[in-house]
This record gives sequence, structure tokens and C-alpha cells, in this order.
Amino acid sequence: MTVLEIHGLSKHFHGLKALSNVDLTVEEGEIVGIIGANGAGKTTLFNCVTGAFPPDSGSVSLDGKDITGMSMHRLAGAGLARTFQLMRPFSTMTVVENAMVPAMHQHHLSAADARDRAMDAIAMVGIETWANDVSGSLPAGVLKRLELARVLALEPRVLLLDEVLAGLVPAERTPVLDLLERLRHERGVTMVFIEHIMAAVRRLSDRVVMMDQGEVIASGDVDAVLSDPHVVEIYLGKEYDRA
Amino acid sequence: MNNRTFAPRTVLQERTDPVVDAVAPKGAGRTTVGNRVPWDYIVLVAIIVFGATLPFVATVSTMAIAMRVLVFAIMGIGWNIMSGFGGMFSFGHAAYFGIGAYSTALLLVRFEISPWIGMLAGMAIAALAGMGLSYLALRYKLQGAYYAMATFAFAEVLRLFAFGNGPLHRQTGFTIPVRVEESFWMFQFKANSPWYYWIGLIMVAAAMLVSIVFVRSKTGRYTMAVRDDDVAAAALGLNALRYRLTAVAVSAAVTAMAGTLYVQYYMFIDPSLAFGPSVSNDAIITAVVGGTGTIWGPLVGAVVMGPLSDLTTAFLRNPPQWLAPLAGHDGVDIILYAIVLIAVVILLPKGIYGTIRGKVTKR
Repeated sequence: MTVLEIHGLSKHFHGLKALSNVDLTVEEGEIVGIIGANGAGKTTLFNCVTGAFPPDSGSVSLDGKDITGMSMHRLAGAGLARTFQLMRPFSTMTVVENAMVPAMHQHHLSAADARDRAMDAIAMVGIETWANDVSGSLPAGVLKRLELARVLALEPRVLLLDEVLAGLVPAERTPVLDLLERLRHERGVTMVFIEHIMAAVRRLSDRVVMMDQGEVIASGDVDAVLSDPHVVEIYLGKEYDRA
Repeated sequence: MNNRTFAPRTVLQERTDPVVDAVAPKGAGRTTVGNRVPWDYIVLVAIIVFGATLPFVATVSTMAIAMRVLVFAIMGIGWNIMSGFGGMFSFGHAAYFGIGAYSTALLLVRFEISPWIGMLAGMAIAALAGMGLSYLALRYKLQGAYYAMATFAFAEVLRLFAFGNGPLHRQTGFTIPVRVEESFWMFQFKANSPWYYWIGLIMVAAAMLVSIVFVRSKTGRYTMAVRDDDVAAAALGLNALRYRLTAVAVSAAVTAMAGTLYVQYYMFIDPSLAFGPSVSNDAIITAVVGGTGTIWGPLVGAVVMGPLSDLTTAFLRNPPQWLAPLAGHDGVDIILYAIVLIAVVILLPKGIYGTIRGKVTKR
């Protein structure tokens, strides 16, 4: 069953074409990786889908319902959530209080129940050591995982992850990858993730989409996309062909 | 996986030591949840009981200063709700103070309606005005300094409106008619009656109660989440505009209460006293000196700033030998007041209460 359907999505900023005519269909329980160089339009795609700003043209639908241009908070309420490339903690709150916000709001839990659920979420991402520390003063590796913990407390059905591994040291990456696999397995969460770390892309993705200059230039099986000559040229440069 | 339990480390348990809590009751973002001791309420009751004894020991002139402390406190507490907890810096809280004062005076003088009704009307009008202004400002993406300028302009518009409006008595303003006998219902007592103080104290208690309940509520938490990062809050499903407007409405209503107390105690109001920029400054300074975004900061700020101008004036009336040349010059007391204010802001950037709490709880 198709969960997320993006059709003909375009967006430009003052003449710069950030997205042109992007099509993407995601099936329930599928994990789709999006790769591409900086400025390829990956984050813009997330922003247009999740309502950070409306697209110029095209449509987005969730479970067959049109959600084009719907505001971010309503989409989160409907089960479509995202994380941010840069950490955005509620910096005056402790780690657990951060995760309590979506738990209370989305699931109408009492503060005590929300605290339990928030504790579960932060334990899942492995930052329970810092549970009662004020988030504003914590290192990037913790905050990066807090981004994920907050979204877990929200319990979305579709999750858009914008470089969740960036800022984590290699030893911290594997548990996060394990967690994402478990999320799909145990909760059936559908995921679209932007990632530069190829090992992670290979491990998680059912399908990979390659973007360049606002367009989808290749899509399909991981190995097929990564060996596509066009993709090789963009990722590794023309010199690579001649060598 | 939901049945995993979490055992806090002992280090974390020490953080919630009740002794520490008693010295520094929980402030913004550090609210208690569940079954911990509600120190905020206990401290509030203690302050009110202790404060109520003041008329028995204080002189008439001290009571006049105490009345100013109460008015400052209500304004500071009100300002802090939207600007401290909500993160929307208001430079025009005179608007809400003035709406409270004018609603009370207008209804009383022209229609003989009880100031209590006038107070409720003023609170409702102030809340609606604040929400209307903030809706438009946020709709057109005015944030930070631009939002502050919009609030300043709003207060000035109201001042000029009152100044030129016949039914509001233009620049003359309103004088509250003196009654023959005292009356609770008409909120009037004989001069220097302690009842003005006690009623003001109850108003401060009510404002504090609103502030504490707000911070502890889910709405308060969401408001602070929106303050910390509105985009992240929206991505987690929070309607940022809704929580911002709620904070503005609560803040404006609390501030309007100060207007009623002011006009009934001083028995006079005019456009500058109600809507002038110095009124907005008083609200800001009270909260900033005490500590913005903390529950107790505005109250501490009012207790410090209320008497300060009197203290500087009194100090310069009989200055020590080395300051003798300053005596008898107009405005020097105001300069001294300003120096003290600047020193507080520079030396205690989080405010008096905020800095102390920071030292005690190490945050």
C-alpha cells in the first residue's frame, strides 16, 4: 500500500530551481534512502513535504489524502514527522522534558505517563545518562540523538530523517542504525532518510533515490543506483571515468 | 519495549534534594511533575501571610512605597508570562495596564459600575486586544525586535487615542469620585486604609498563582517549547501560534489587573499615566531585574525596584560628606537610580533571582 506519494513537486527560490518535477512513491514499511551532493534539493524536498514552506507546483499525499501545503504541526499530528539536520533542542528543558513534549501533546498523556514514555524513547537512542541534564549545554552527539528520541516519543507512522548520523562518532552510529531497523520491524514505521554515509545507506535502504540539481536522476536498488554511470560521475567526478 | 524501566543515577537524585528546592523553588522548565512537594505554592502562601502583617508595623510613607511594589509586581508578573515564558518581548505593556485602568475608571465614573466589574471587563478587553495585535504581528512574521516595536506602537496608539477621545475625557483623564463611606463593592476606603494594601496583595497572589499554574500546565510547557524553538515544536505537532496567543492573553489580563489597583488607589488616571512608555518600562525593568523566565523573578524585582527611587532620593537629601556637592540638584537621584539599575543588569545578567537560582541549582 502506498503511504506517501509525491507527484511533480517543484520549488524555486528567486530563480534558483531547488526542486523540479520530483516524483517519489513510498510503500508502507519501506525504507527509502535519498542521496546526492550538497545543494541537490534533498532537504528542500523534506521541507516541501512536511509543510515548512509550500511547493510552487505538484502534490503530496499521505494515505491517498492530499496534504500539499498543509502546516507542519497538522502533519505531525497526522503521523508524518521529521528530524532536522541541525539540532533544535528545547534548550531550557532537560533531555527528558524535551521528549515529554510530543508524548503529552500527541498522545494526551498525563505528565507522569509522558515521562515514562519519554524515558523509553531516550533509552532507545542511548542517551539516558543525560536524562535530567538541561539540553542546551550538551554535546552535539547527544543532541543529535535527542532529535530522534523526541520523534520516537511522537510515534509517527512515516518518518523523514535528515542526516541522523551526521555528528555521531562511528561507535554511536551502529546502535542508531539498529534502532531504525527495529522501528520498521516492530512498529512498521515507513522511513525516508537523507544520508551521506554510504555504509548506512547500503544497510538500511530498500531503495535509493539519487538527486542532483533539484531532480531525481536515478532510483531503484542500492547497487544499481550506485553503479549508474551518471551517479558515479556526479559523486566521484568525471576524472574517475578516465582513470 | 515499553516496559523498560529507568533507574536514575544517584547524582541525579541529589539534584532534587528538597532543601535545594526550598531555597530555590522550581522555575521555568524546571517544574515539578507528579507527586513531589509543591514548593511554589507553599512559598507563595508563606509570602502572602508574612506580607499581610506589614500594615501593622510600617509607617504611612512605607505603605505608599509598598503599594507601588504591589503595582510593579502585578505588571512584572504579567509581562513575564508572555515575554519570559513565551519569549515574545513586549515593549508596550502599558497598553494592557492602561486598558485595565481606563475600563475601571470609565465604567465607574460614567455608569457607577463597580470597579470589580470594570476590572473583569478590562482584563477581557486587554486579552482580546493582545491576541488581536499578536495575531496580526505573528501572521506577518514580526518577531524579536520587530514584534517589540509593534507592541510599543500599539501602546502609543492607545495613548494618543485616549488623548483625543471625548468620552475618555481627553488629556484630563478620570478622577475617581470620593464616596462618603467605605465600600468593598466600590473598592474605596478612607485614605491610608490598609485594605488597599491587602486587596493589592491578594491581586499579587492571584497573579502569582496564575503564573505558577501556567508554568506547570501542559499549555505552559508547550509555550516554553515554542519559545525555545518554534520550528522544532511545530515539527512535533504543536500549533505555535495557538500557544503564543494563549500566553499573550493570560499576560495581558494579569497586567490589566494592575491598572485597576492603580486607579482605585491613586484615584486618578490620564493618558500618560496609563499608556505612557514609562509604564511599559516599569513592567520590563521589574521582570528583568528580578529574572525573566523564572516564576519568582518579577516579585523579587518589584520588591527591589519599588523602593529604589525613594531610597536614592532619600540618600541624596542627606548625603555623606564626600557626596555633599550632589545634594540639592534636580535629577541626581534619577541618575543614581539609573546607575543602580545598570549595575544590576551588568552584574546579574539573569536577574537577581535568576542568578541566585543558577548558583544554587548549577544551571
